[in-house]
Amino acid sequence: MKVENKHTSRRNFLKVSMATAGGFMVGFNFIGCKNETAQVKVLKDLPSKWVDFDAYIKIGDTGWVTILSQNPEIGQNIKTSMPMIVAEELDVSWSDVMVEQAPLNTEWYERQVAGGSQSIRQGWNTLRTAGAKVRHMLIAAAAQQWEVDPKDCTTSEGKVIHGEQSLTYGELAEAAGKMTAPEEVKLKDPKDFKIIGKSQTNVDMDGVLTGKPLFGLDYKKEGMVYAVVLRPPAFGQVLETVDDAEARKVIGVIDVVQFGDKVAVIGNNTWAAMKGKKALKAKWNQKDKAEDSAYHTQVLMEHLQKKTKEAKREDGNVEKAFAEADQIIERTYEAPFLPHNCMEPMNFFAEVTDEKVQLVGPIQTPAWTESRIADLLKRDAKDIHIEMTRMGGGFGRRLYGDFALEAAEISSLIKKPVKVVYSREDDMLAGIYRPASAYRFKAAIKNNELTGYHLTEAFFNGSMFGDMPSNFPCGAVENYRVDCHNIKSNVTTGAWRAPYANFLAYAEQAFIDELAETMNKDAVDFRIALLEKAKANPVGEKHNYEADKFIGVIKLAAEKSGWYQKENKHLGFSAYYSHNTYVAEVAEIKMNGDRAELEQITCAVDCGIVVNPIGAENQIEGGIIDGIGHALYGEFNFTEGHAESNNFHQYRLIRMGESPKVAIHFVESTNDPTGLGEPTLPPAGGALANALHAATKQRLYKQPFMKELKVLG
Amino acid sequence: MATFKLNINGKIREIEADEDMPILWALRDQCDLVGTKYGCGIAQCGACTIHLDGDAIRSCSYPISRVGDKKITTIEGLSEKGDHPLQEAWKALDVPQCGYCQAGQIMTAAAFLKENKNPSEQEVEDAMHANICRCGTYNRIKKAVLEASKNL
Repeated sequence: MKVENKHTSRRNFLKVSMATAGGFMVGFNFIGCKNETAQVKVLKDLPSKWVDFDAYIKIGDTGWVTILSQNPEIGQNIKTSMPMIVAEELDVSWSDVMVEQAPLNTEWYERQVAGGSQSIRQGWNTLRTAGAKVRHMLIAAAAQQWEVDPKDCTTSEGKVIHGEQSLTYGELAEAAGKMTAPEEVKLKDPKDFKIIGKSQTNVDMDGVLTGKPLFGLDYKKEGMVYAVVLRPPAFGQVLETVDDAEARKVIGVIDVVQFGDKVAVIGNNTWAAMKGKKALKAKWNQKDKAEDSAYHTQVLMEHLQKKTKEAKREDGNVEKAFAEADQIIERTYEAPFLPHNCMEPMNFFAEVTDEKVQLVGPIQTPAWTESRIADLLKRDAKDIHIEMTRMGGGFGRRLYGDFALEAAEISSLIKKPVKVVYSREDDMLAGIYRPASAYRFKAAIKNNELTGYHLTEAFFNGSMFGDMPSNFPCGAVENYRVDCHNIKSNVTTGAWRAPYANFLAYAEQAFIDELAETMNKDAVDFRIALLEKAKANPVGEKHNYEADKFIGVIKLAAEKSGWYQKENKHLGFSAYYSHNTYVAEVAEIKMNGDRAELEQITCAVDCGIVVNPIGAENQIEGGIIDGIGHALYGEFNFTEGHAESNNFHQYRLIRMGESPKVAIHFVESTNDPTGLGEPTLPPAGGALANALHAATKQRLYKQPFMKELKVLG
Repeated sequence: MATFKLNINGKIREIEADEDMPILWALRDQCDLVGTKYGCGIAQCGACTIHLDGDAIRSCSYPISRVGDKKITTIEGLSEKGDHPLQEAWKALDVPQCGYCQAGQIMTAAAFLKENKNPSEQEVEDAMHANICRCGTYNRIKKAVLEASKNL
């Protein structure tokens, strides 16, 4: 493994460092505050020396262990769960662990990214190996001291043990640091896990609950100024002229600078910069088409009727299947653009000097951002240092470092440390939105069996990627085809929590439900029969799911929701595989007079080993509530090139009283873990739509449902 | 520009600011009390909730010139040791995901529980309705508020 080799070669990085107050803490320079968690622990038992073992572990002479968390934390809780994996193999007590956010370091770490629900899955072996290697070095040091065979030594909770004698990791750290890291190391048997599988609360909990500066927006540095940026108010517009006379009169405004089609107002506080921005008088020129929602819908619908040059996947011959069918069902599903609406608006700190470029803030893709900033400023990447703060949500928006590039550019212009801050309006209007899309499903039914299945996608600025065209029910249908139309829009678009799947799953699962109804089959039995077929006699080349795991979550959700005893209940079923995780959800609607109320979602998940149950359940529940909320309320329209909603009074997000209860059931597994940040969102909309159909007999073909169905009120 | 003497978490602070500056920015940018969050700037999301003489208000939309001698309490001053029953309940239930909205959620709940010491689930939902959590931690927040009400 690449990273392991790097660790081995990093032996020359090994250093024994003297700890000074705060010397081993997160490198952020928050005025007036240090990392509180670390500080509290330091007061208890200050190590006088810390030994750096590798990119992940530092051990203090009093036994404290610092574990670095390599990936950005956006609320997916990897800052807790990834260090848990290291601590497990190191065999240290979790209460002796401090966690520190690692900065971007492309030499030490692979894939410092928050995206695709991949952190745990892709980090699993690397993190385990990192912990196990240091454990091995500690054993070697103890064995040398005792003059015994390392094979006769064991470890437990931060101690190496041999018969009656034991030494703590703190006592062994310095000697262990001089040992050679092994090339190969044996990992624990999952049945011996002591930390993995046990719930551990969020490592930043105390800071969150007492208002410590954890987030990008909280970051400060001596001499830092604030920038609020005026951007083109509509897509397709460019800046013609700007009059900044009034803006410069605002108390607290220091400067106004133009860069490209943007104008930054610099203030000595955020409010002054925001007020200054409002006082700018700019003239804009509509250079490119001013798109609106009617245009978007029209273009999507037109493309659904067009032929593509080449299918994304084709098994058998769908045209023949349709020609020979007893019945053809064709349905079209429509999705709007959506903003991300992270609760922490976009922001970033930059200090560009001749010596270096210092960047601090909330970013899901620090490495990509580093290379883009190097290009922008024509600097060597080694001059650029990125530190990652905790993020007030990501949802895909913070994959795009546009705000960090703005900060770097402004700092290079004004020659000061600066933090760019988006107002909520800036955040909602200058978004990189989930694109509007439409899907047409066409099914052939013969002898009451599904014989043909044709999916056509119309999508702005993208097409379903990777193995998505081989999604269920691919492999289970003799004649299967997927076509994609990638349509250009000048509205900026990008990934939004569970890209493509966030809407496609609803459309597919609503369509499957309607097919089952048409064929007078039970919705669960129908899915299982298709999966059994894909397992026994798969059609075409490889499909992207394992039928047994899929069936496993479907059966578990059916059992736990009382699916087969549902006479007087309005239940809707949905199952989806995405981001390497299998999820089935059952929604239950209760009619309250003429109002439909979503009572509960019962959810079954197969994500392999559950690393941190309390955190995993939080992700599962959050994904479901987020999926339900956007399916119900997410509406975002364009007029003359600009979004119609600019803040939460015009954009409805789900609230506490609208959130369903969520009952969570894990499939027991010893398989390597997969991620949970995204996979429970996609099936939620389908479960809800199908339950609403059970309750009202109405099918829903368009989001948000709120606009389609009166009973939702 | 004017000078304001504010009582923040029991300490008197002198702040020079524009009269229409919302307290939020005085707290965040001038007092280094960044626990109070900016979310929307128009009192629609609740992330900036603080107490003014014990009442929950939206600091993003409350000008500094209106505060007068009213006592400001922020998340940093809710309890001395971070052990308010709400903070304890939040910890026990591992409520936060990203964590950004949580200070505002706690401050809203703290003012509410002072008025209603034994709330029903419905009353909690009504009281917390105006606080947004994009991560969807609502069920845990509700449970934590109900738990905390038993330990006041």
